[in-house]
Amino acid sequence: MTIDWGAFWPKVVDALGETVLMVAVTLIFASILGLALGLLLFLTRKGSLYENRILFVLLNFVINVVRPVPFIIFLVAISPLTRFVIGSTIGTWAAIFPMTIIAAFAIGRVVENNLVSIDPGMIEAAKALGASPLQIIFGVLIRESLGPLILGLTFISIALIDFSAVAGMVGGGGLGSLAMTYGYQRFNTSVMVVTIIILIVLVQAAQYAGNYLSRKFLRR
Amino acid sequence: MIQFEAVSKVFTLNLKPFYAVENVSLSVGQGEIFGVIGFSGAGKSTLLRLVNLLERPTSGRIIVHNRDITTVSPKELQDLRRRIGMVFQTFNLFNSRTVYGNLAYPLKLAKTPKEQVDARVKELLRFVGLEDKSEYYPEQLSGGQKQRVGIARALATSPDILICDEATSALDPETTGEILKLLKKVNEEYGITILLITHEMNVIRSICHRVAVMEKGRVIEEGPIFDIFANPQQATTKNFIRSVIQDQLPSSLLEKVRQKHPGRLYRLIFKDGITSEPVLSRISRKYDLDFNIVYGSINELQGSLFGSLIVEFIGEDSKIHQVVEELRSVVEALEVDESDN
Repeated sequence: MTIDWGAFWPKVVDALGETVLMVAVTLIFASILGLALGLLLFLTRKGSLYENRILFVLLNFVINVVRPVPFIIFLVAISPLTRFVIGSTIGTWAAIFPMTIIAAFAIGRVVENNLVSIDPGMIEAAKALGASPLQIIFGVLIRESLGPLILGLTFISIALIDFSAVAGMVGGGGLGSLAMTYGYQRFNTSVMVVTIIILIVLVQAAQYAGNYLSRKFLRR
Repeated sequence: MIQFEAVSKVFTLNLKPFYAVENVSLSVGQGEIFGVIGFSGAGKSTLLRLVNLLERPTSGRIIVHNRDITTVSPKELQDLRRRIGMVFQTFNLFNSRTVYGNLAYPLKLAKTPKEQVDARVKELLRFVGLEDKSEYYPEQLSGGQKQRVGIARALATSPDILICDEATSALDPETTGEILKLLKKVNEEYGITILLITHEMNVIRSICHRVAVMEKGRVIEEGPIFDIFANPQQATTKNFIRSVIQDQLPSSLLEKVRQKHPGRLYRLIFKDGITSEPVLSRISRKYDLDFNIVYGSINELQGSLFGSLIVEFIGEDSKIHQVVEELRSVVEALEVDESDN
């Protein structure tokens, strides 16, 4: 089976645009939610600034329930909620919603892990200098964990490129879906190879950008 | 300046109450360098952290700047903490900030105008001798330099009290000397009251005016440095003193000395001024009594000389008694017995 490359390239460009949109929008919303979630987990843990056992156990439980669910099942399972929020269960935005939720939980864990590894002495020093809890959160906790946090976010965004392919199942579009429909289902190997190469370049670029930014904040 | 009134701090350890600090009453005067010494686990670190409420006391009152700090509001506590600088054993500098950033941070917290921040940071850098390290990150500094930044940061908001938690314990002896000199300068030039804790008697000897010895959460002995060094009462205190001054005879040596010198042994403590006078020979000549110096040392303590001699008197008991009585009017004289010399 031959393919009309002239008609195919615009499809690739569109798909690339959809993938980038899905990943970028998801990353922005999931980062905000995930940061809040991670901070909440860290701050409510034992001995922390706002120790609260009930909230901590509850959050921990919810995250551990959501995270092991395979994305494709999660996608279908929360489709009623997606319809309620987005107004549809088909299309790019309908894919962004479940991706954001699942990524937020993952980022929450990454944030929590990075905060736990901050030297408690630094938090103590800030307290002794008269910093308020909010000043400690923004001036010490987030600031000091930013370097490794960016690496964590890079890792998540690469996972999101993968997730976006699954999102093709609900008509989310994107490169992954292109590779599936043209390359896999229609046995067109060259299309599959092209899209996969583009995906690889995308992942490399994301990793490079992440490493660069993290180095800037880690100053190493 | 700082007053502890019957302060206790109880932790729960394996479901049992554990007294980290038990019924401590202490008073640190303005402009003083007060040292608390004890082995690890003696409760000195907890005691220090009570001063700026990093730990809350279980009972008792802590008065700082004439206020019972346990009753202040969270907002007032932040202001209070800006007036109490804290220096840490592990420095606890902010790794993502430069030296400049570390010093500017407390000023920003206190909402100091930008021009003033800059001027103050430069002044602090000059004071601790790190003008050329302004743009360095903590990881690029040596331990001694890090602690200089730690001290400068604690001084940024011009506190009148500085509390030091084992400030030199992570440093080598030479750097320890430099940091102690800096703390002394802080005390002398700015008149800042310093409360420090340590397990090194050398630190106490070098810069403290008064010392309290802690053991198992309690203060077992307290007083001016000279008095404590000259006449320690508790075994722990004696051990600490022995770690820096060889003024006492080890018991193994004492036995040998006893064999050679059957006379009565006295330990004489000479304080400043008296070290240069021939008291011993003058008094013993007066009573025509022979003496023999068996062991001795002269040490410097807070800029004064502190001498300790173990002397054997040879003669009749009544004569010895007279000599010792007369000696006691100028120096301290204690008879040496086997168990406790």
